[in-house]
Amino acid sequence: MEDIGIISYGAHIPRYRIKISDIAKVWGKDPDTITNGLGIIEKTVPSPDQDVATISVTAARAALLRCVINPQDIGAVYVGSESHPYAVKPTGTIVGEAINATPILKVADYEFACKAGTAAMQTCFSMVKSDMIKYGLAIGADTSQAAPGDALEYAASAGGAAFLIGKEKVIATINETCSFTTDTPDFWRREGSRYPAHGGRFTGGPAYFRHIISNAQILLEKMGTKPSDYSYAIFHQPNGKFPLNVAKMLGFTKEQIKQGLLCPVVGNTYSGATMIGLASVLDVAKPNDRIFLTSYGSGAGSDAFDLTVTDQIKKLEKNKAPLMSEMIKNKEYIDYATYAKFRNLLQLE
Amino acid sequence: MRDVAVIGIGLTKFGELWDKSFRQLIAEAGSKAILDSGVSGGDIDAMYVGSMSSGRFVGQEHIGALVADAAGFSHLHIPATRVEGACASGSLAVREGYLSIAAGVNDIVVAGGIEKMNDVSGTAATETLATAADQEWESFFGVTFPGLYAMIARKHMHDYGTTKRQLAQVSVKNHFNGARNPYAQYQKEIKIETVLNSAMVADPLGLFDCSPVTDGAASVILCEAKKAKKYCKEPIKIIGSGQGSDTLSLHGRDDICTLGSTVHAAKMAYKQAKIKPKDISVAEVHDCFTIAEILAIEDLGFVKKGEGGKAVENKITTLDGELPVNTSGGLKAKGHPVGATGVAQIVEIVKQLRGEADKRQVKNANIGLAHNVGGSGATAVVHILEAL
Repeated sequence: MEDIGIISYGAHIPRYRIKISDIAKVWGKDPDTITNGLGIIEKTVPSPDQDVATISVTAARAALLRCVINPQDIGAVYVGSESHPYAVKPTGTIVGEAINATPILKVADYEFACKAGTAAMQTCFSMVKSDMIKYGLAIGADTSQAAPGDALEYAASAGGAAFLIGKEKVIATINETCSFTTDTPDFWRREGSRYPAHGGRFTGGPAYFRHIISNAQILLEKMGTKPSDYSYAIFHQPNGKFPLNVAKMLGFTKEQIKQGLLCPVVGNTYSGATMIGLASVLDVAKPNDRIFLTSYGSGAGSDAFDLTVTDQIKKLEKNKAPLMSEMIKNKEYIDYATYAKFRNLLQLE
Repeated sequence: MRDVAVIGIGLTKFGELWDKSFRQLIAEAGSKAILDSGVSGGDIDAMYVGSMSSGRFVGQEHIGALVADAAGFSHLHIPATRVEGACASGSLAVREGYLSIAAGVNDIVVAGGIEKMNDVSGTAATETLATAADQEWESFFGVTFPGLYAMIARKHMHDYGTTKRQLAQVSVKNHFNGARNPYAQYQKEIKIETVLNSAMVADPLGLFDCSPVTDGAASVILCEAKKAKKYCKEPIKIIGSGQGSDTLSLHGRDDICTLGSTVHAAKMAYKQAKIKPKDISVAEVHDCFTIAEILAIEDLGFVKKGEGGKAVENKITTLDGELPVNTSGGLKAKGHPVGATGVAQIVEIVKQLRGEADKRQVKNANIGLAHNVGGSGATAVVHILEAL
């Protein structure tokens, strides 16, 4: 069977950060209780001129800088996000033009809460497998919204990653992917609403944990593998605690999830969350490393991937774009007032 | 008055029951109680159900008929009535059923209680619970139940030297008992430091001083005592039933450290049962907050006013103490689905008197007491039960 998988990748997170303790203070909450309770120290904040389109373009360009392909050979661009800049008008067309992949190009924007990006990966994987396209670009990016004072405000951040899927010079083979989906209304944003609503503790057990655990177990059974067979595991990370708990429940160790767990220092990048986690793992992965990835999207569903890193990763010119660790270090703190301005929380006439 | 006995009990698991509807919960508790009792639908003369605020929690009123319908009895046209008295709704349903049998109107009654509280946000649940306080004098000004009970706790500390550590010991004890109750929401023992270091809710009450938001239902089958043996090998007789009321708001009371409603209800129940507090061998009391259990053991006459904190500290109320209190885990660990709580307390006492309480069984339990409070004490109900 021919190898189909990731041939390059790129990621981007904004350089602005706000400390979770600063948000807690504004709302009269105990900073330590919030920070320790969520397992998040700080989160990224998009500047006023950053949105899902700019993050997606930056990540896509990073992916293209690291490999040598003709962008005109990219047959599809799918962008997964729940904060597309336009309600009607695709983000994917902006990305397609920016990387010179237009006009013979299949494009659509995806939305499935925090797993739209991994759904885009599945589509690209299938289209490459069926020879409909040579390369597909799957992107997951968000500048996630949170109502001021809502629990989501402590986590909702910005970032994204792009994965170029093909069958030549594959750096990480996609061995298998599967999904687990139900109609579970744990988190939603109605048409016209500025901020999402959520079911509080309902977002935990019946939503996040049920879908990730069920899907992860299906994949393990399908592959005949056990958690210890993997070098790295990445789980959706709405906060710093849930992925630790889900890993423990499934039998993965802290060591296996450490490299892909970025939420404590960048927050929840929603559609970008598992994608930047995978980017972080690929930054350090070595040939034959096996990677287990399970995303989660409210509403609700989970996509799971089993990947194996190939020798080709040594040839990928990773340093032509910033590594996740470099982007995490490159930061500038802002206070809540600046955050409120950047996030358009202040209503001006 | 005719004697009345409990001939069947039914309880759902308490907790965050996302996968069960309001209708399923009450049907489960009711059918378990009916199966336990051996009666059939045609034997039931009336049904009473306690629920504090089904309208605000799940958008459903008119639940008397709904309960009969959910139980599959709609074709029998059984008189089915909802009873409401805030968090005391459940025990009021039991008392209404009890009175109807004692008065000779009915012979066999189903009394149930239910609340499904997790279908709304925490804020909405807090606001709904606050409707049990005085809207005009308390809730409109922003006070919620933790705030009201915190004021009581502060006064109790001031007047009697009760300490935060003594309050915390109530929580530790009830979690210890809850860890031995498979129906409890929290089946985990905790350390006193967990309570003392928990997030502040309303000074001096931290998160672990407060009972949780819970889904659950409970049901009992009551029967005229002479008929009880026909259905049940071990009927448990209700030997005392008392009820009291007080001002809806705290500030109208002579002493906020005494729930006059509890004192009144207990006096009625003890008098009817012809017993004294020292005769009680196991009690379920209304510990919506840790301070509430301290008030309860004082107001029920188990200890003198002001000595509740010391009694807890001296482990008088632990499972192996002189008077075990809240063997089920209480509202704190078993959970507090407000309308179901009063009925669930009776279920626990029946289990103790039948000798079916397993790892939390009190030795030689022969007389048990259940104490249920509505609001900050505007309603209180006390039942005393004895193994026949």
